[in-house]
Amino acid sequence: MTVEVSLRERARRGLDLDAGLTCRVLEAFIREELEKFGIQRAVIALSGGIDSAVSCALAARAFGPERVLAVLMPYRTSNPASRADAETLVDQLGIYSTLIEISAAVDGLLGELDDDPSPLRRGNIMARARMIALYDQSEAFGGLVVGTSNKTELLLGYGTQFGDMASAVNPIGDLYKAQVRALAEALEIPRAIREKAPSADLWVGQSDEDELGFDYETADQALYLLIDEMYAAEDLIADGFEADLVHDLQRRVVRSQFKRRLPLIAKLSNRTIDRDFRYPRDWGR
Amino acid sequence: MHDFRLALAQIRPALGDLDRNLALHLDYIDRAAADGADVVVFPEQSLTGYFLSDLVPDVALPRDDARLDALREASRKLDVIFGFVEETTDHRFLPAAGYLHDGEFVHVHHKVYLVTYGLFDEARDLAGGGTVRAFDTRFGRKSMLICEDLWHPTTASIAAADGADVIYGLSSSPGRGVAGGTNELGSAETWRAMNRLYATLHVCYVVHCNRVGFEDGVNFWGGSEVVGPDGEVLARAPDFDEALVFATLTDAPLRRQRTRLPLRRDENVMLNGREFARIAAQRHWLDDG
Repeated sequence: MTVEVSLRERARRGLDLDAGLTCRVLEAFIREELEKFGIQRAVIALSGGIDSAVSCALAARAFGPERVLAVLMPYRTSNPASRADAETLVDQLGIYSTLIEISAAVDGLLGELDDDPSPLRRGNIMARARMIALYDQSEAFGGLVVGTSNKTELLLGYGTQFGDMASAVNPIGDLYKAQVRALAEALEIPRAIREKAPSADLWVGQSDEDELGFDYETADQALYLLIDEMYAAEDLIADGFEADLVHDLQRRVVRSQFKRRLPLIAKLSNRTIDRDFRYPRDWGR
Repeated sequence: MHDFRLALAQIRPALGDLDRNLALHLDYIDRAAADGADVVVFPEQSLTGYFLSDLVPDVALPRDDARLDALREASRKLDVIFGFVEETTDHRFLPAAGYLHDGEFVHVHHKVYLVTYGLFDEARDLAGGGTVRAFDTRFGRKSMLICEDLWHPTTASIAAADGADVIYGLSSSPGRGVAGGTNELGSAETWRAMNRLYATLHVCYVVHCNRVGFEDGVNFWGGSEVVGPDGEVLARAPDFDEALVFATLTDAPLRRQRTRLPLRRDENVMLNGREFARIAAQRHWLDDG
């Protein structure tokens, strides 16, 4: 009898999620980690995509919908369907929402520039403009910012540092895209949000998968095997994963490591913050 | 073994806050005593919280510290097993499990296997112990082990060979592994398998007391349990929630099971001792790679 399983099958099984158990852990995570700071309110940037929808649904379960504020921050080139999807979710969950157009702020800043910034720079400016509005609403609502970056995009560095990557706590940062999808289904996120193509929505028709050059399903499986199961790239390639893709994923993970860490501090003293001065974040909580 | 009523205190300690945790202990002790418990057991580092890093020297205590007086006093009502960080006279800090009775320490176990891999970094901040012992209590011979100790099956073997009828395992076990199909965390599944295996093969009771709550985003899953000598789960606390759960541990199942399955009687301690001594003497081939 042979019980040998392909790596791809191993990844499928590993990425298969016990959604009920996961929800239970994540609701408690949001509740307990915020309550340690004396806060029982969450503020979340809701784009109309699946990741922020899941974070909103989890926060609504953790604190009750009346303690969650969804902040919708479209730019003038954002797809109107995104806003409509976000509003549907707000109604379904019964959470608070506020609409803050970022077009004037972004265009004002762009107008001050001497050159014509690339789509990447524009995207970063939009993401950081949203961060400013979001953290302002966090103060106004008396809540902490709950993050919306999943493990796939965090590993690939597919996000803007100090922009959409900014949050106080992130419930979905250890879930690959496919696992977020499974969780979204369990949380009864509207089908329109679950089934549309993932997009950073910086312009109409933008697609994550087009921009990245690979599909999330393959990326999830390869990253799961490389990161979680600690297989070597050669193992994946021998199993049938495309060599160029595996190497591209590895390069992206390495290249974006800085985004997942605090800024470097030049060490001078005997006790440098986060180097030899190491206290838990929940210090005294 | 003398029959006794045990309380499992599955608490949510506050990280680095001795005063709050002490109050929490006294509350659970009162409730356990009110329900007729003879012994109450708390999780690993129940008095300090777990991911301490540089907080270790702030919360470590010598065992004669006055801040433990309230616990000593409480142990006149019932025996108290709790987790703390002990500071030695030469200022080493050791993860410890203390067994208090009638105002005195009956025994202190220091965690033998510090865990320094993956999300753990204990050996940076803590020193490990050097002994695994069974010890006599008013209810018979017991042993205490701490979390990672139990991931080395030899510690349970030593405890059993030394005559422990009950192995108390104190844990701060982080929950991880959320794959579908099992309806439980991967870490919970492994622990439950270990508890059953040790209880069955060493024909003794295994008491696993795990904490709940979060520290820096890491959850502790609870699920504390008492497993009998035939592998049956006699009591289990819920996953994730604080709880005080009771079980009565009696001698009769030990007698019955050891008659049916005399593994303890047949355990060849001399063989183990000889072979481990030989391997230890030859150990240089391992140390040198």
